[in-house]
Amino acid sequence: MISLRLHKFFHTGDRPFCLDVAYAISPDQKVTVLFGPSGSGKSLTLHCLAGLMRPDAGRVCLGERVLYDADADIFVPARRRRVGYMFQDYALFPHLNVLQNVAYPRTGCIPSRVNAAERDKACVLLERFGIGHLARQMPGRLSGGQRQRAALARALNADPELLLLDEPFSALDTLLREKLRDELLTMFSRLTMPVVIITHDPDDVDVFADNLILYDNGQARSVAEYRSLRQQFATAGQCLRALPLHLPRAPADNHPKELA
Amino acid sequence: MTTFDDRGVLTPLLLSLRVAGMATLVSFLAALLAAWLLARKKGPLPAFVDACCTLPLVLPPTVLGYYLILLVGRRGLIGQWLNNIGINLIFSWQGAVIAATVVIFPLIYKSARAAFEQVNPHLENAARTLGASEWRVFISVALPLAWKGVFAGLMLAFARGMGEFGATLMIAGNIPGKTQTLALAIYDAFQAGNDMKAVRLVVIASLVCVCLLMAAEFLTSRARRL
Repeated sequence: MISLRLHKFFHTGDRPFCLDVAYAISPDQKVTVLFGPSGSGKSLTLHCLAGLMRPDAGRVCLGERVLYDADADIFVPARRRRVGYMFQDYALFPHLNVLQNVAYPRTGCIPSRVNAAERDKACVLLERFGIGHLARQMPGRLSGGQRQRAALARALNADPELLLLDEPFSALDTLLREKLRDELLTMFSRLTMPVVIITHDPDDVDVFADNLILYDNGQARSVAEYRSLRQQFATAGQCLRALPLHLPRAPADNHPKELA
Repeated sequence: MTTFDDRGVLTPLLLSLRVAGMATLVSFLAALLAAWLLARKKGPLPAFVDACCTLPLVLPPTVLGYYLILLVGRRGLIGQWLNNIGINLIFSWQGAVIAATVVIFPLIYKSARAAFEQVNPHLENAARTLGASEWRVFISVALPLAWKGVFAGLMLAFARGMGEFGATLMIAGNIPGKTQTLALAIYDAFQAGNDMKAVRLVVIASLVCVCLLMAAEFLTSRARRL
């Protein structure tokens, strides 16, 4: 169970932007997709979930743990949240090889020193992702798909309780995208933690969404019945276009709001 | 005619190297900390601190020397206290180190800050989500990736420290064999009409600085950068 209520106001350039979202993700919804145009507040939401940004007000809960509560003045820093984050550009450390990258969550101040136990653990993870042979490569020499797998392996090596993926396919070409989508889906089925994905590609929504959250201009709404709604349309794009783009003000409570 | 004058050449050169070396070390630690704390910070307070950190670059060295005397002089704010425990920095080579430290601080600070700001913020955030403390983010991600820029600033600062004149003269004076650095010895020899010595010192100072800058360029161009 993830529940979040976020309020954040700031200026981007000379344009004021206000993020004001509230929704909950139930435990049986394994993969949640945040869908919406660029600049609608999706990445901001992930940053707040991961503890990389402090909202102005609201509350974030992950299971029993309160990660942020403005009223109680609780803000758990990113390093203690156990929330995995895969960045759009995968953010592999360019000065470390793939193995050192994957072992990073479990090494000290000198990440190039990996002890035998952690080396074995990282190698097992790399094998699981099919990139065991790349352990000694530097990230700069990897293809887009290999980078994605390395970044995912690294995130999982920190034993996260929630996994966030920021536009996992935007750095890849279309053909590779199709292939990796299937790969990721298979991988998700083996994971125990919930996953939240950001995308603005309707096809991603089709493949991944157990739960769909629509974003627009700083506001968000759960679309509970996406699967049944989807059947009335030929493509995901048509279906998503049919959903009203301009959302009503976010409700004060954090129950998913159903479509009329 | 003139034999190799050990006291006239070697002593000021070694003193300059020692003063510049120690000043670079002290400045390096302080500037690195300031650069990391201020990198990517916006607002009036960070802007003010940034201005203060850059000030030694634009102020005349004599003005810096004057401020430092107010601070560590016999009747200075810290100097008084130091005097009581038997430490006197004025007219000592340690005083020259302090002068050089302040003068070269902005050179390291500016290049380190620029280098830290060049590091992709996603990498630092990734480290945080992977459980790294701010200290570990700094030591294992930011510093290795910014090292090239930091090092360039370091070499520049050392070379500048070798040639420090104004603030050093005010604090440490110009005592041959004690506080007379290379730059001061040149001025001294020139004023005394000892042109041969002045030329010798000028050539040595130039050679040392050229070698330093070439070494810096060589090392940074070879530095691993992916």
